[in-house]
Amino acid sequence: MTDAPLLSVRGLNAWYGESHALHGVDLEVFQGETVTLLGRNGVGKTTTLRSIMGLIRKRTGEISFDGKDLMRMPLHHTARAGLGYVPEERGIFATLTVDENLILPPVVAKGGMSVEEIFDLFPNLKERRNSQGTKLSGGEQQMLAIARMLRTGVKMLLLDEPTEGLAPVIVQRIGELLATLKQRGMTILLVEQNFRFASRIADRFYLMEHGKIMAGFPVGELPDRMGQLHEVLGV
Amino acid sequence: MTMIFGIPLQAFLGQLLVGLINGSFYAMLSLGLAIIFGLLRVINFAHGAQYMLGAFVGYLLLVHFGVGYWPALLIVPIVVGITGIVIERLALSKLYDIDPLYGLLFTFGLALVIEGIFRYYFGVSGNPYSVPELLAGGTNLGFMFLPNYRGWVVVASLAVCLGTWFAIEKTKLGAYLRAATENPRLVQAFGVNVPLLLTLTYGLGSALAGLAGILAAPVYQVSPLMGSNLIIVVFAVVVVGGMGSIMGAIVTGYMLGLAEGLTKVFYPEASNIVIFVIMAIVLLVRPAGLFGKDA
Repeated sequence: MTDAPLLSVRGLNAWYGESHALHGVDLEVFQGETVTLLGRNGVGKTTTLRSIMGLIRKRTGEISFDGKDLMRMPLHHTARAGLGYVPEERGIFATLTVDENLILPPVVAKGGMSVEEIFDLFPNLKERRNSQGTKLSGGEQQMLAIARMLRTGVKMLLLDEPTEGLAPVIVQRIGELLATLKQRGMTILLVEQNFRFASRIADRFYLMEHGKIMAGFPVGELPDRMGQLHEVLGV
Repeated sequence: MTMIFGIPLQAFLGQLLVGLINGSFYAMLSLGLAIIFGLLRVINFAHGAQYMLGAFVGYLLLVHFGVGYWPALLIVPIVVGITGIVIERLALSKLYDIDPLYGLLFTFGLALVIEGIFRYYFGVSGNPYSVPELLAGGTNLGFMFLPNYRGWVVVASLAVCLGTWFAIEKTKLGAYLRAATENPRLVQAFGVNVPLLLTLTYGLGSALAGLAGILAAPVYQVSPLMGSNLIIVVFAVVVVGGMGSIMGAIVTGYMLGLAEGLTKVFYPEASNIVIFVIMAIVLLVRPAGLFGKDA
């Protein structure tokens, strides 16, 4: 592991209008790591990702990524800094075909996959490349939402609940996919409610409550933490 | 003489042609409005003024600089497009985060200011703009006499509409535009400069209005009021077609132009209101418009 974290968040506060959603979030993600944010609904996990990405503009604190200060950047520069975002609602465009959805995000750096490589990884998408994006099944839409980020050459993915509402066999497919990406050196910050899914792929965990990080621990400490997790997550 | 429904064929085809000409302008103007509304969520009340501006830029180029119709066909959309870009940058872009009504009010006020300026300098009587030499005269089609310039307007407007449709539906830039129409924040989070896309879109919509204006100059008179006379009908076209639907705006533009022409043949008294009657019926039956998606 390198000395400086790839993503570093310090004292992040964020607001939705008047509502104060994040109260000083601190977290770090190192190059090549997969880190999972755990927490109940409404504790600020999605808000954390959206604030890092710059989708929430009412925010204070420090966010640095790959040595760049994200706080000062306009929204469209965050992706160019090397961050890819896969939203919870997947964000597949209905007026675009699968192909158009796939090549929509501009390439921001070298080292992304070619469309052919992506289709090797997602044969279903290739078969349906001319279909309307939102005609895909939920699982296929999730695959597409991840796939379109792989072309761009981003260094890190922010994934918001990729398994939500999907059948177990699809969840497993996404788990394999994330493992493949990890092998290729992708850094991932994952928000996940599916604790069993997260425990199979994450290197480290952060536990969130009331807009703050309550604890951070590596996957090895998981057995000792189960009591705390059950209490906080209610699982 | 051949008769159709008790009307001489010549008169019938003549009015159909007038309808097709008017429809060509409805289609080009409602297309620009639909593109602007789709992405910017601004109802561009200045569209009629921009159309008038297009005709006047062409007229002034000819009168003061001796620049003829063909070069004007290229220069006018560029000039009107640039004014659109300046308007978007200086004013409209500041209004996106507040109630959409402000965008409407601003463009409405802007239209009044632009028209007021031209009325002050040019009065309300029209200025003639002659048909370019190449398209002077007419062609006898056997069943009717077609003025060449009118034929050209129909062909040019079809080409402009289909070209714009193609650019939006089939190109990468068009894919950005469609995606940003659905979810601008996400597209910007992917690294696309959406604020620039908004500026260019307003510029493109304005340029389309300007192009329609210079095409219209030899058909109608170049007058400060030519835009406000037309724009109300064009808004009705957009409502009938469905707000934000590109193909809907085009098809509806031609259809309503023809409907208006046919009404002139069969029941001339209703020709001024037929489009609004159709609009009322469509709003009752399909509030989202003929081509709009149900909300």
